[in-house]
Amino acid sequence: MSVITEKADLSLKYISHFNEAKELLFADSPDVLNQHRKKAFQDFVMQGIPTRKNENYKYTNLQPKFLPDFKFIHQNEETDASLAEIFSCNVPQLNTHLTLLFNGWFYQKNTKSGKVPDGVILESLENVAKNNPEILQKYYAKIAETGADPMVALNTAMAKDGYFLYIPKNVIIENPIQIINILKSDTDTFSTQRNLVVIEQGASAKLIICDHTLDLNQYVNNSVTEIFVAENANFDYYTVQNQHNSTTSINSVFVQQERNSNLTTHTVSLHGGLIRNNLKIVINGENAEANMYGMAFLDKNQHIDNFTQVIHAKPHCQSNQVYKYVLDDKSTGAFSGKIHVVRDAQKTNAFQRNNNLLLTDTATMQTKPQLIIDADDVKCSHGATIGQMDEQAMFYLRSRGIDEDKARMIMMNAFAHEVVQQIKVEALRERIDELIEKRLRGEVARCHECAYNCEC
Amino acid sequence: MLSIKNLYVSVDGQEILKGINLEVKPGEIHAIMGPNGSGKSTLANVLVGKEEYEVTAGEITYMGEDLLEKSPEDRAKEGIFLSFQYPVEIPGVPMVNFLKTAVNEHRKHNGEKELTAGEFLKLMREKMDMVDMHPQLTNRSVNEGFSGGEKKKNEIFQMALLEPKLAVLDETDSGLDIDALKTVAHGVNALKTKDNATIVVTHYQRLLDYIIPDFVHVLYDGKIVKSAGKELAFELEEKGYDWIKKEN
Repeated sequence: MSVITEKADLSLKYISHFNEAKELLFADSPDVLNQHRKKAFQDFVMQGIPTRKNENYKYTNLQPKFLPDFKFIHQNEETDASLAEIFSCNVPQLNTHLTLLFNGWFYQKNTKSGKVPDGVILESLENVAKNNPEILQKYYAKIAETGADPMVALNTAMAKDGYFLYIPKNVIIENPIQIINILKSDTDTFSTQRNLVVIEQGASAKLIICDHTLDLNQYVNNSVTEIFVAENANFDYYTVQNQHNSTTSINSVFVQQERNSNLTTHTVSLHGGLIRNNLKIVINGENAEANMYGMAFLDKNQHIDNFTQVIHAKPHCQSNQVYKYVLDDKSTGAFSGKIHVVRDAQKTNAFQRNNNLLLTDTATMQTKPQLIIDADDVKCSHGATIGQMDEQAMFYLRSRGIDEDKARMIMMNAFAHEVVQQIKVEALRERIDELIEKRLRGEVARCHECAYNCEC
Repeated sequence: MLSIKNLYVSVDGQEILKGINLEVKPGEIHAIMGPNGSGKSTLANVLVGKEEYEVTAGEITYMGEDLLEKSPEDRAKEGIFLSFQYPVEIPGVPMVNFLKTAVNEHRKHNGEKELTAGEFLKLMREKMDMVDMHPQLTNRSVNEGFSGGEKKKNEIFQMALLEPKLAVLDETDSGLDIDALKTVAHGVNALKTKDNATIVVTHYQRLLDYIIPDFVHVLYDGKIVKSAGKELAFELEEKGYDWIKKEN
């Protein structure tokens, strides 16, 4: 029995596509990206599109989502120039630096808005690879392991572009940087996006990522982001996922943190057909702190899977994760969270919680918290709950004249509140609150300032 | 105002109330007393429409309309208020939001303009003084981390904000020390007018030292077995519920 034949049919399609596109992929691409393609491709061939037999994809079946004949974009396409002008998806009073990407490609006509301090780079990854390969050489494909996840392997094999964010030593950027990922095409499309973030020593930045779809084509978006947070640096990474239900989004984020650094990730999943968020954080220096928050809202046949791993590699560090799901209709959710405290990572504080609210009998949630502790002087805890609406509390609200729908809204908002209140950017927090309220009311949670009114 | 006729109520198939008759008129205070398990709380809960209480026979008319057909929220908006025996903690729901929503739902129902945040805060401060409610408590989530006494004060505080026509106090005295009991009773008395009515459900007579009832009813085994004036409460205190049990 060979590994390949088992998953043959579907994976073969992607394998043969790679072989056909090979020339295009290699020819036009800098060495710093090309040097990883071959090995990554082999890793993909070995693993194939994951089935549920893959332990890490036990609760998420990607196979049917990979069936359509997708268009792949291996070269930058000219995008309608007027898009940027009419796209005003800015959170009010946020005064963000706004950057667009289309189908994984950095929009070449992005204009630098606001005052960006000297040395800060927010650029197309491909451009940086061509013009400044030394910096990529140091970081690119260093923490996104291709052997452990076929989607990361496929991404690395096909990666051409994405964004590159570089914050130099001791540079502190108060205003958040906002990146909008837009899926827009004339047919069903497979997009590959590869991002790299480097926050140097003592630097501080906040990045907000908004994922949108602008038409009703089917999409698979396979994105990989590597983030390096150096000593004494601070990085807040917010992701707002708001794509239509024919979109499959596989979003793998790898973080390496050094001494005294502080990282906060926030993943708010409002809409999307299938969302798989992989988040792996390696805490690689003492006295570092990682906070991970997630909030997911699902209805209809949506599926959302957050798969997190925190590796405590050094002593005296803290990690804290809270993920919450609200599941309606026949939606399905999954959460797997692994905390690994390696030997000698003493005085680790690691905390993890996953709370889920099922609104119907037909929604299902799978949750799998895991603790692996190889040190003996640590404080670790994990917990998961799956429950229904608190009927006693509902009745209490109703008995004060608040009707059932409104009471339910209040209860769901209360459930989400714990996670939402952790968003440090006030304007974003208010916007998220507003989007969540719309989402819970069953209205399409589109950002109303956005001229596109993204179909969700 | 309220007319209960031959009311039978079951919970989980078990009959709890077995033919209750009660008339309450505006301006009256009725005390419902009785030993544990006699059905006092069931009566209180059925008035506010708690779903697990199934009415198998009889009727309740409130302000000339069939009460049993109405949803809990409509009953509330039409002026029925229950001070819960065990107020629920609701983490994540800020007190102020909850109270403002409740007040404005009442105002909408009555055809009044909704209060702005500023107007509401003014009203809230005024009512807070009435029940000696600590202002800090309104910065918390509903009942979260409140002591037993604070929870009960919070019930009366809500009553002050919503100004019900018919208030039902379910064991409001339980878990209160004597000072808190006085404060709560003072609040209830201050809210009393000739147009509203109160039903005080209690096991002990001591609350009735502060809230003087016009009528005292003794509930035993799902029926009202004795009704009289306030003197009945003293008699019960003296003789205990065994006296009633022996008679029945």
